[in-house]
Amino acid sequence: MSAILDPTVSAIAREATSESGLRIVRRRNIGRWVAAALLLAALAWLVRAFALGDIEWRVVGEFFTARAIMTGLVNTIIMTACAMALGITLGVVFAVMYMSPNPVLRLTALFYIWFFRGTPLILQLLIWFNLALVFPTMGIPGLFEVRTVDVITPFMATLLGLGMNQGAYTAEVVRSGILSVDVGQTEAAKSIGMTRLTTLRRIVLPQAMRVIIPPVGNEFISMVKLTSIASVIQYSEILRNAQTIYYANARVIELLIVAAAWYLAVVTLLQIGQYFLEKHFSKGRGDRTQKRQPAGRTPAPAEGAASRTEA
Amino acid sequence: MDHSVEPMVVARGVDKYFGTLKALDRVSLDVAQGEVVCIIGPSGSGKSTFLRCINQLEVIEAGAIHVAGELVGYRRVGDALHELSDVEIARQRLSSGMVFQRFNLFTHMTALQNVMEGPVTVQRRPRAEVRDEALALLERVGLAAKRDAYPLEMSGGQQQRVAIARALAMKPRLMLFDEPTSALDPELVGEVLTVMRDLAASGMTMIVVTHELGFAREVANRVVFMDHGGVVEVGPPKEILSSPQHPRTRDFIAAVLN
Ligand SMILES: Nc1ncnc2c1ncn2[C@@H]1O[C@H](COP(=O)(O)OP(=O)(O)OP(=O)(O)O)[C@@H](O)[C@H]1O
Ligand SMILES: [Mg+2]
Repeated sequence: MSAILDPTVSAIAREATSESGLRIVRRRNIGRWVAAALLLAALAWLVRAFALGDIEWRVVGEFFTARAIMTGLVNTIIMTACAMALGITLGVVFAVMYMSPNPVLRLTALFYIWFFRGTPLILQLLIWFNLALVFPTMGIPGLFEVRTVDVITPFMATLLGLGMNQGAYTAEVVRSGILSVDVGQTEAAKSIGMTRLTTLRRIVLPQAMRVIIPPVGNEFISMVKLTSIASVIQYSEILRNAQTIYYANARVIELLIVAAAWYLAVVTLLQIGQYFLEKHFSKGRGDRTQKRQPAGRTPAPAEGAASRTEA
Repeated sequence: MDHSVEPMVVARGVDKYFGTLKALDRVSLDVAQGEVVCIIGPSGSGKSTFLRCINQLEVIEAGAIHVAGELVGYRRVGDALHELSDVEIARQRLSSGMVFQRFNLFTHMTALQNVMEGPVTVQRRPRAEVRDEALALLERVGLAAKRDAYPLEMSGGQQQRVAIARALAMKPRLMLFDEPTSALDPELVGEVLTVMRDLAASGMTMIVVTHELGFAREVANRVVFMDHGGVVEVGPPKEILSSPQHPRTRDFIAAVLN
């Protein structure tokens, strides 16, 4: 018996044979066009409102690259980078401690996460900033000692506050990432003689990244904005410097627009970075969004890891 | 000192519990160097558990296992057995390689990277030398062309052959196979069995948990029948598979053949 029906006896077989060579016309997606039109109209209205409103755009332009704003921008970026670096490091360390067979490490991690997630961030900032009230000096008595107020500058207090708080949240994200990796991966790693830590570093964490990056990217972006609460302890980031300026010249909205534009610029860059990181860590996962190929309908030649050519 | 007469694996009175369930019940077995032993038995009889105890993916509750002349998991000091550290256990696992039912290739690495990972990261051998060996191993399992493919881009049979190459890259003295073909489509079983047959012919010591009685009959020096966590019957494949003594063995073989 032949594998396919004889087209001369089956109508459907005849139809399918003739269809297999036809041209493909893509779906129209009328909804998308309507949505785009509505959105454009709304945007035009918004632009008009701002253009006609009582905003001195000249002032916005003038202060856009003002020295105080630039200093604030640099401080915001530095603080975001440092606080996230601290947060991610602590997050990984405490996630691993939390999952360790050692009960002492587990309890320590539990306590850390409990404390830093359980109290408001602004309170933690104030505690760090006022640490000198409790410990006037720090160090090892007799060996070296420094005055706490000299160490806990607004920068240090903000870094510790934001970073340690972030660490508690990131620890949970990292933990769920680690849990998402199949135990078979760990067993295979052990079977080729890897220790627990090597397995974590070489096998589990790289695969957990796929799950970890989207929420951490999200938190990175939150952090850019969260640095602004450090203005309560005199850390001069963008928002605080913008405020200092408008207290003097009363151009409130203009300076807020300047600050907003810079926040958006930084966040945009971060989002682009996140896109590339996600792409990097989805190596070996294949491409799930394949479409039927239009021209000639033969699949394009294999594009590295992204395509699956085997039937 | 001449080790060649010493068995590769010696297991004596091994017990393993999962909670109250006794998964292994006084299991004893010796495997000589260069010997191929196939373990058969019904589902849940403890075959995988026994294999996993040999390379310490499970910790045993009683008894002792020696692999390649070393007591597994403990150091004997006088009358006491001292538990080994994570690092020492990792070192002991180097004498055996394991092939899993579900392949467990590292999904974020290509075939070549999978094979190179152990020698480079664990044994810290020079990358160039390891790479040549890894390519030769992929050639040996017939997958030189797939060296840059990720696991998800390969068929089950191809993944399993890469997994065998990955285990061999560590130059183990003993290979453990846990149902290496039972997650495969029937037409892919043959390619994996061929690789295993060649490996056996090269003199590798192998313990193979399998439902492929044909493979056991052809390649095994001895067949072990396990049931309810214990070894019921051991012998040459002809005896166990054709004229089993124990009624439970007889029932199992009759059931598999039908
Ligand atoms: N991690 C575990 N936790 C609890 N029970 C387990 C665990 N692993 C295995 N068991 C139990 O131990 C017994 C032996 O399991 P094992 O996997 O060794 O059987 P097997 O002979 O390999 O079976 P199969 O042919 O189905 O693979 C079974 O009853 C199983 O349910
Ligand atoms: Mg099993």
